[in-house]
Amino acid sequence: MPTYFIRRVLAAIPVMLVVAVFVFLLLRLTPGDPAAILAGDMATPDQLEKIRTSLGLNEPVYVQFTRWIGGLLQGDFGTSLISNTPVIDLVADRMWPTIWIALITITLSVIVAVPMGVLAAWKHRSWVDHAVMTFSVLGFSVPVFVIGYLLIKLFALDLGWLPVQGYIAPSQDFAAFAARAVLPALTLASIYIALIARMTRASLLDVLGEDYVRTARAKGLTERRVLFRHALRNAAVPVMTVIGTGFALLISGVVVTESVFNIPGLGRLTVDSIFARDYPVIQALILLTSGVYVGVNLIIDLSYSLLDPRIRY
Amino acid sequence: MSLLEIDNLTVAVDRKNGKTVVRDISIHIEPGELVCLVGESGSGKSVSSLATMGLLPKGALKVTAGKILLDGENLLDLSPSELRDRRATRMSMIFQEPMTALNPVHKVGDQITEVLEAHTKLSNADKHAKVMDMLKQVGLPDIERVAGSYPHQLSGGQRQRIMIAMALILEPRLLIADEPTTALDVTTQKQILKLIKDLQREHGTAVLFITHDMGVVAEIADRVYVMNQGDLVEDGPVMEILATPKEDYTRKLLSSVPSLVPRPARASVSKKTALDVSDLNKFYGAGRFLAKGSATHAVQDVSFKVTAGRTLGIVGESGSGKSTVARCIMHLIEPTSGGIRVGGQQISGLSRRGLKPYRKKLQMVFQDPYRSLNPRLTIEESIIEGPVNYGTPKAQAKARAAELLDLVGMPEGSADRYPHMFSGGQRQRIAIARALAMEPELLVADEAVSALDVSVQAQVLNLLAEIQERTHVAILFITHDLRVAAQICDEVAVMQRGQVVEYGPTADVLGAPAHDYTRSLLTAAPGRDWDFPNFRPVAA
Repeated sequence: MPTYFIRRVLAAIPVMLVVAVFVFLLLRLTPGDPAAILAGDMATPDQLEKIRTSLGLNEPVYVQFTRWIGGLLQGDFGTSLISNTPVIDLVADRMWPTIWIALITITLSVIVAVPMGVLAAWKHRSWVDHAVMTFSVLGFSVPVFVIGYLLIKLFALDLGWLPVQGYIAPSQDFAAFAARAVLPALTLASIYIALIARMTRASLLDVLGEDYVRTARAKGLTERRVLFRHALRNAAVPVMTVIGTGFALLISGVVVTESVFNIPGLGRLTVDSIFARDYPVIQALILLTSGVYVGVNLIIDLSYSLLDPRIRY
Repeated sequence: MSLLEIDNLTVAVDRKNGKTVVRDISIHIEPGELVCLVGESGSGKSVSSLATMGLLPKGALKVTAGKILLDGENLLDLSPSELRDRRATRMSMIFQEPMTALNPVHKVGDQITEVLEAHTKLSNADKHAKVMDMLKQVGLPDIERVAGSYPHQLSGGQRQRIMIAMALILEPRLLIADEPTTALDVTTQKQILKLIKDLQREHGTAVLFITHDMGVVAEIADRVYVMNQGDLVEDGPVMEILATPKEDYTRKLLSSVPSLVPRPARASVSKKTALDVSDLNKFYGAGRFLAKGSATHAVQDVSFKVTAGRTLGIVGESGSGKSTVARCIMHLIEPTSGGIRVGGQQISGLSRRGLKPYRKKLQMVFQDPYRSLNPRLTIEESIIEGPVNYGTPKAQAKARAAELLDLVGMPEGSADRYPHMFSGGQRQRIAIARALAMEPELLVADEAVSALDVSVQAQVLNLLAEIQERTHVAILFITHDLRVAAQICDEVAVMQRGQVVEYGPTADVLGAPAHDYTRSLLTAAPGRDWDFPNFRPVAA
């Protein structure tokens, strides 16, 4: 296992390198002078020259690339063109709200969805199954912002139990953080609960038809033991995949929810930077998102071999 | 009092007016007796046994009438938890496919221990000791290591021994064995049959043994019940059933069992060599980038010839390399070295495009007719696809397809229908028609009758022989079943671990085997002392 882990981590390096090259070329290969693109229509020749020098555009491409990569390795992602602050600080600031909301959302979804899926599969074709599937369709099809505004109306405006929107760091005031995180997490979880419950149900239904489940029953085991010890672990691999990719998606793209609840997270930073053509920030965000995907995939793959001893690399 | 008494049991599909799948059957088993329940697929033999265990698939099948008494207690009256208590302690069951019957993600030792956890209050040390003792009883070597293994790390025979250990650890009075040796090689089958018989004698367990194989019946049964399409046809002591069957169905079933005595050699019709394989080698796993471990030498220096109008059988157990040979010849995989000549033309090493003119000379019939026909294509579309691809006008190909369907004995109007509308035997006929549509010089049949019931198997074998007589096609027949080989092959090559250990006319190889391995295969064939079609022991 340790050698496998090291091999997989090493294998991630070329992937990240390819992403880095792509991100680097994104700016350099756009038609026209990158400096002119960056500076916008109203730039003076002086400003253009300044941008060129600061980006090192007057030097050969390979020199630019090694310098850029060297900077990345030292944590230097460049400076935002708009706010003039280091990109790393900007991203680090916005990262935590997103990570917190993502973690709460995924935990909540798993806790609710897996038992729901198990119940639906076990009571296949009963009213429980139908109820779970109906909820699942709703969770998928109602747009996130509708759920978000409905929750705000109910819990924040009508009942007044929770604040409408905003974000406070947990280190600052945990109770205030929790009160503000509940609604966005619930909003996002509606999709993930639907998705994970559906996946658990489908995967478990397959497994419940397997011979070894019949063997387990023939041994005189209780239904609970049959379900949780024999069936669930065999059904876990596809469910893990959904949970993992779901988490990666939550890190990179929850713009709508962040907007609805006014959370200063990565999703909004991404959209803002794209509109502002803040290339250094966009580059950093692409690198970060790819890094999260590579990392999550690594963890998912490792979890496979823990769940199923037949999977060995 | 009988140990198990099934009285007038009826099982039906769990729906309003659902179809009856088991009709009014009565079976009794005395303590310590080994009773075989024989029948073809769809006879209801497995359903009857699952009903006894209370394991009928929920919502699909249910008992509609009758009683199942175990030690005088009606199992059908018990609550689910009472029934759970009876399982593994009073009655237990082993299944056909030990790979899928064991949970792949738990160690086998733990899976056996689980039975003790569910039904006893033994200490951990006692449980461990009992499991080890049971593993020893089922004849497993190196029991500590085996107990710590996952199912996929064990062989098929070892897995079935684990299943048996699991079933018998609490000394139930009844063991239900549902085709427990069907998925195993003959030599392994022999060992498992002996193990079941030995344990049964030592522990006085009664066994209800479900099988489709008359050879196995002859080998182990005390008494026999014959089932057909949900009805009980006939029952009696094993010798009576084998020697003086009363019912037509039983007679037909016995007559369909191919004899192990090789059929007399046929006069050769042609001198033309259809297939010439020389020094064929295949390595698996070699040359892959960063591959770990050494390559497997799956086929080693295999050479043989098949003349037009003749059938060569390649027999061997799983892992012997027989299917790899077939796949190399078909170019489904690339051989590592060696020559393959079809109709005098060297085809090994040809490119995809260079191979195309020769592809049609080689056609294949696969093992599982349920998976080898595309379910979305009509029978006609399946058959004409090949010829049309080679430039035959569609109308002509369709006319030919109709002729072929007639030749393989399919009813009129089959052409426009889809595969799921046909039985397994019919599908295999369709697969043969599809292969013949290309007018091949060589037909490769890879276990082509292994998935079929014995009576259907006999029909398909007859069909192949008939077609061969008419078209003079050469047949390469891959099989694990010596009985089938003895009846259809002119020559036989016996393979073991990638090598041909014996090769010659069927009468010589199977009649007077020279190699130890061939002899051990023949000795392992169940029921070899009984001449089934003639209802008498084999004449010495």
